[in-house]
Formats: sequence, C-alpha cells, structure tokens
Amino acid sequence: MIKTINLTKNFGPLAAVKAVNFSVEKGEVFGLLGPNGAGKTTTIRMLTTLTLPSSGTALIAGRDILTDPLSVKKSIGVIPQMLNLDIDLTLAENLEYHGRLHRMDRADRPGRIEELLRFVGLWEKRDLPVEHLSGGMRRRLLIARGLMHRPAVVFMDEPTVGLDPQARRLIWGLIDDLKRSGITILLTTHYIEEADELCDRVAIMRQGKIMTIGAPEDLKAVSGRYVLECLGRHDVPRQFLHSRDEALDAGKAMGCDVVVRDVTLEDVFIELTGERIDA
Amino acid sequence: MNFYPIFWKDMLLIRKKPWKFLASSMVTPILYLVTFGWGLGRGMSMAGGTYLDFILPGLLALSAMNNSFGPVSTSVNVSKLYTKTIEEVLVSPVGPWSIALGRALSGMVRGLFSAFLLLIVGLASGVNMTLSPYILLVLGLTAFCFASAGVAAAMIAKSHEDMSNFNSFVIIPMSFLAGTFFSPDKLPEPFRSAILVYPLTHASMLLRALAGGREPDALSVIILAAYAVFFFYLAGRMVRRIA
Ligand SMILES: Nc1ncnc2c1ncn2[C@@H]1O[C@H](COP(=O)(O)OP(=O)(O)OP(=O)(O)O)[C@@H](O)[C@H]1O
Ligand SMILES: [Mg+2]
Repeated sequence: MIKTINLTKNFGPLAAVKAVNFSVEKGEVFGLLGPNGAGKTTTIRMLTTLTLPSSGTALIAGRDILTDPLSVKKSIGVIPQMLNLDIDLTLAENLEYHGRLHRMDRADRPGRIEELLRFVGLWEKRDLPVEHLSGGMRRRLLIARGLMHRPAVVFMDEPTVGLDPQARRLIWGLIDDLKRSGITILLTTHYIEEADELCDRVAIMRQGKIMTIGAPEDLKAVSGRYVLECLGRHDVPRQFLHSRDEALDAGKAMGCDVVVRDVTLEDVFIELTGERIDA
Repeated sequence: MNFYPIFWKDMLLIRKKPWKFLASSMVTPILYLVTFGWGLGRGMSMAGGTYLDFILPGLLALSAMNNSFGPVSTSVNVSKLYTKTIEEVLVSPVGPWSIALGRALSGMVRGLFSAFLLLIVGLASGVNMTLSPYILLVLGLTAFCFASAGVAAAMIAKSHEDMSNFNSFVIIPMSFLAGTFFSPDKLPEPFRSAILVYPLTHASMLLRALAGGREPDALSVIILAAYAVFFFYLAGRMVRRIA
C-alpha cells in the first residue's frame, strides 16, 4: 500500500530525510520510531502530499505522490501531530465538513458521523464546540475525522503525544480495533512501548536515516531476548543473551547485584546508535 | 470544482456568531458616517448635494473592501500559520482553485453584507441617492476583488507582521486616498492620475456615478473587473504554490 523510493528531503543544508526506502503491506500497522528531529513528520508530510520531496518519490495504493497527488489524496486519511480541528465548530460539524471536503454523499454522512463518534466514545458530546474538549478527546476526534471518508491508508503522526497513560491506552485500543478492520496504518512515535505494542513492523529512524526495519520481536531477537545489567554500576556494559538461564549464569560471574529483564526496542535503539531514544 | 465546502464552513461560522459578525461589519462604516458625514460634513455641500450624499457611495465601496479583505486575509493567515486548519483541506482532494474560490466567495458575502447594512443606515438617515441594481453588481465585484486580494496576500505573507504591514502600507493609504472622502478631480496632477491606480478609486467613482443617476464610466468597470480577475488568479496561484 505504501512504497517509498529513495525518498529525500533537504531543508537548505539540513538533510531531514535521507533516501528512505520502505514498504508497507495492506492491513499492516507500520511504525516509524525515532527521537525528536529524526525526520518522522517530514516523511509523513511528503507521503501525504503536504511537502514536496527534494528527490525520490513514493507510491500510495499504487499512485505516485508526485505525478498523481489527487488520487493519493482520495485514498489517504491524515491524523496530524498538531490538533488542527475547528474549535468553533461542534464535533459533528467538524466531521460533516470533512465529509463534504471528500465529496461524501449527503445521505452517507450522518450515519458515518454517528458510527465514528461512537467508536471514539464522543457521541454524547457531538453538539458541543470542540473548544470544550480535553486534549485526549481532541486527539480521538482527530482520529475520527481522519477516518471519516473511509480511507484505505491512514497516517498518524504521534497519535498519543502529550497524553496521560489512561488517554494513551484508550487510543491504543482504537488503533487495535482499526488494525482488526484491515485498514493500513503508518504511525510515528517516539514512545518505545507504543511501537512495540501496536506495530506489526517498525522502522527505527535517526537523523533522517532508517537504521533497521523489522517486526518488534525479530528486532529484539537479533541482539538477544534478555538483558543482563549490573545494579548501580553504569561502568559495566550490559549484556544481551538468548535465554534466561544463560543470563543468570553470566550474572553469577559478574560479581555484583544483577537484574535480568526482557529486551526492549529501546535496547535495540541503544545498540544501533549508542544513544537513548528519548534523550 | 469543489469549492462549496470551504464556503459552507465560513457561512456556518458566521451563523454561529451573528452578533459578532454584525457588529464587526458595522463599526467602521458607521464611524466614518458619523465623523465625516454628520460631524465634519454637516452643512458642507458638494456638487449640488450634501457631503453625506457625496460620501455614502465612497463609504459603501470602502466598507465592501474592508469587510472582504480584512476577515478573509486574517482567517486564511491564521489557518495557514497558527491553527494549520488549512492542512486538512490540502490533504483532501479539493484543488487550489476551489480553495481560492470558496474563500473569495465567502469574503464577497461579508463585504456585500456590510455595504448593504451601511446602505440601509444611510438611506434611513436621509441620504439622497438613486438606487439601481447595478449598485449591487459593482459592490459584489468590489467585494470579490478585495476578498481575492485578501486570499492572495494571506498566502504570500510569511507572518502576522507581513500581514499587518500590508495593511499599513497598502490598505489604509488606499482607504484614505482612493476618492472615498473627496473627488479625485479636486487633486492636482500627478496625484490625480496616481490614485487612479487603486481599484478602490474605480469602485468609488462607479458607485458615485450610479448613485447620482449618471452613466458609469466603462473604463472603470473594465479596470475593476481586471483587478478582480488578476487578484483571483494570484490567489489561486499562491494557494497552488503551497498545495
Ligand atoms: N519546514 C522546515 N524547515 C526547516 N527545517 C525543518 C522543517 N521541518 C522540519 N525541519 C527539520 O527537519 C528535521 C526533521 O524534523 P521532523 O519534524 O521531521 O522530525 P520528527 O521526527 O517528526 O521529530 P518530532 O519527534 O520532534 O516530531 C528537524 O531537524 C527539523 O528541525
Ligand atoms: Mg514529528
């Protein structure tokens, strides 16, 4: 459904996205994971026709973003990082407007609005101005809006940024439901857990480049499933091991208090880059 | 073309705050009317009528300009730079010309509406003028022209300051110089010719001729229409540049 071909963006001397190549299959949830400034938003903006690539291109549902942007716009739903709702309009009016922009049938719109507002748990608030909503509710409305015209591919830029754990869980639940409906999703995040929990495959991005791509489990298996660390001793390097027993044995040899824990994508990122992801 | 949703949303916003809309449409024209018509102009007479008779057509043009250019440029500017609501439209299959047209039409409605209100207030306060449907046409053209200019200016502006500079250096001087408050004939050359560059001058001259029951100047119609076409073209091109 999505295929990038050496997708590149320079802002003057700054190479924000460097010849990125990946593809996303139909029905897959694909995550771009990386720290601030990695180029995630820039990649999404190119894929959603908001920014022109400096070179390279991409295909969305078989259509080229450069030569056929109109077809691309018809097949995509965009849930941006910034909450760009019309705060003076009500929830229902925001969706109504979106439906009109996408030339949805008049008869189709009210039912779809109800379906989506129920889906995101905001049906009771349908006639309130968006101004009255909390941040988490606005995020959910933004998701409903992006889905209004039944896009085949959905782009979500940092869908849970700045939310409390409970609001985040709610959105994860929604994304899980969407995944089961067979829609294709590309999301970006700098939350390790989020990528791990939601994504079928993850591309780890840093400084405009993709460091590695794979299913979270596979990425974690490469280094070893278990991490062995010395408690309170940062000078002792952590070790990656393939089984818990191996890890415990190795721990005995270290001569300090040890912890053995499951590997996370964070460890994968540190192994690849030598940096923490949310530093 | 799928300009209607853009227009629809602006009209919806007006309907939500009718009093705010009414007040903001009326304040400046009534201020001008009071200051220049009743205050300053009382007892003054121009070419066979009162100063108020003279000034009302100019104020109509001014009002059509201010209430189309102002709200449209502010709203487009804010949606582009701050709220980013324009991005919702840019990722939808609505083309740049539809965006420009939807915005220009909603600005036109605002401009026409405020001019219409002023006309009623003017007539109610005893202004003498000939009414004709052409007055509505000229006002519509004027409002469309400046609404398009508002879209273009807001798309070109890179900041709020750019926008307010454009207001200070272009719109405000034009408000005072473009024959709203005086007849361009009274000015010495080259100033007389210079202010004929302003589209607003032609709008005022056309409205003044129609209000006085005279034949309007065809050249002014052509110039005003040419400006409208040019500004609309510019607006579409500027939206396309970012789309
Ligand atoms: N319009 C722009 N002009 C100049 N530089 C830009 C522009 N947009 C982004 N950049 C730069 O490009 C780089 C990538 O930015 P981008 O927003 O894509 O990162 P990101 O991965 O989305 O980060 P975040 O997690 O903070 O959202 C950054 O260094 C940023 O400063
Ligand atoms: Mg970002």
